[in-house]
Amino acid sequence: MKSIIKYTMLGLGALLFAYPFLWMVASSLKPEAEIGGFGLWSSHFTTYNYEQVLTRIPLGRAFLNSIIVSVSSTLSVVVFGSMVGYALARLRFTGRGILYAVVLFTMTLPFQVTLIPQYILMVKLGITDTYLALVAPTLMTAFSIILFRQFFLYVPQAFIDAARIDGCSELRILYRVIWPLSRPVVITVSILTFMSSWNEVLWPLIVVRNRLLMTMPQLVTIFTIGGEAESLLGLKLAAATLLALPIIIAYSFLQRYFIESMASTGIKG
Amino acid sequence: MRLFRIFHPRWRKRQRTGYWLTLPYVIFFGMFIAYPLIFSFILLFHRWNVVTPMEWIGLKNFERLLSDPLFFKAIWNTVKFLLVHIPLQNVVALGFALLLHSRMKFRGFFCAVYFLPVVVSGVVVAILWQQLFAFDSGLLNRMLTALGIRRIPWLVDPDIAMPSIALMATWKNVGIYIILFLVGLQDIPHELYESASLDGATGARQFFYITLPMLRPTFVVVVVLSTIGGFSLFIEPYVLTGGGPMESTLSAVLYIYNQAFYFNHMGYAATLGFVFALIILGVALLQRKIIEPEPMA
Repeated sequence: MKSIIKYTMLGLGALLFAYPFLWMVASSLKPEAEIGGFGLWSSHFTTYNYEQVLTRIPLGRAFLNSIIVSVSSTLSVVVFGSMVGYALARLRFTGRGILYAVVLFTMTLPFQVTLIPQYILMVKLGITDTYLALVAPTLMTAFSIILFRQFFLYVPQAFIDAARIDGCSELRILYRVIWPLSRPVVITVSILTFMSSWNEVLWPLIVVRNRLLMTMPQLVTIFTIGGEAESLLGLKLAAATLLALPIIIAYSFLQRYFIESMASTGIKG
Repeated sequence: MRLFRIFHPRWRKRQRTGYWLTLPYVIFFGMFIAYPLIFSFILLFHRWNVVTPMEWIGLKNFERLLSDPLFFKAIWNTVKFLLVHIPLQNVVALGFALLLHSRMKFRGFFCAVYFLPVVVSGVVVAILWQQLFAFDSGLLNRMLTALGIRRIPWLVDPDIAMPSIALMATWKNVGIYIILFLVGLQDIPHELYESASLDGATGARQFFYITLPMLRPTFVVVVVLSTIGGFSLFIEPYVLTGGGPMESTLSAVLYIYNQAFYFNHMGYAATLGFVFALIILGVALLQRKIIEPEPMA
């Protein structure tokens, strides 16, 4: 009896979180007049909304832009973040303590302070409306450095010593010895960085005005609140579905890693 | 002896490697954190619209802020948001976590579904909820009228709009906090419950005297993260309401954005950012102090 109640509540919960998405996908495939009902089924399913969205805005290009931005940001965060994390965890050099304090300080710094001056920096460098401006402030994150450092502290010293005796350089040790031993943290940092970069919309809205350089969430936002969607619900829902699709596909394959990443860090992306 | 180690070649090499590996971050920090911070400090005392030269105005930005009704409105809106968001988030997340915290089937499936809104862009969620919240044709109001209840003006009534956004934000983020509570529940030593049972403590007593106190660190994380989230609210009101009706959903970040990119008041926008950041740090510190009286290991 008790478990029936439990599963009913859990089932209702699942419905609460999943049904709106199912409804969104189903409605985006319906003619405008039929959207608004609770049901998912329609006898007039059509791809009209998608055709319209794709001809009105360059969403394919935006998808490409998003990929370029998210991938380069993720690669940079992992490569450079692990370098700094390794140095902080395993190398001794003058100023290490200060550097670690600086990283911790950066992590607690609310982004509201640096938002405007960072934009002004982009203007002064003359790089607004470029890919560089989109990725620049996210090339390294204090958060990833701390995660890497924390994990690298527990790699057994014997592995590092053995590699040093074999004459490996520190960079080689990092990528050939430490990385393979640290897959969980590399995966965690990659997923969190990719996800937050893919979903970021405030920064692109600030530094990019050229439609051909806009990222997917940015373009969809402009499309929805600007006049282009003509307050046609079907078009908005189709655009939203296309925006949600890539991350949902990634999530369905790597679901366990997504959840573990967030659980191990408690930070939202 | 220590002094002479600097002449030792291996020591110097170790030093150099440390510097090489951290150099990229030092450059990055200088350009994208330190310089903007210093520049933000300069902006505090200037009027600037990016195009014409900066104009020194002393403390005028702060005077303006203290007499700016929209600044206080943005803070009040954030407080309204948090008053709904934090309790709702904690209760719902803990409820689901308790349901999931036991040997059971399909646990992975349920977790995966509850987590779905977390990974999806806030833009998608806002577009979706714009339809759910619509007054005449929205799904929520249709459901209410079908049940014989009056329609709720979700986004139209200035008193209800912000709580509506808080409801939506809870729906989007609660998945993370379910997982965090699950982790917290798993960390409670089983012996505590066993000895409580031996002493004759019932389920409810165990919940109030063991589970809740032991989850205190999780509550701290949830409250602090939700608060930071409230002060970072941007895309939800930007898409749903544009800050209206009657500025009732104007959030801190949306106000900074408007001042900077709608009115070109860079100096004032930087001042707003600076003050909001101080408020966030202050509130987060205070929350830690209140909920976490004894130092946690």
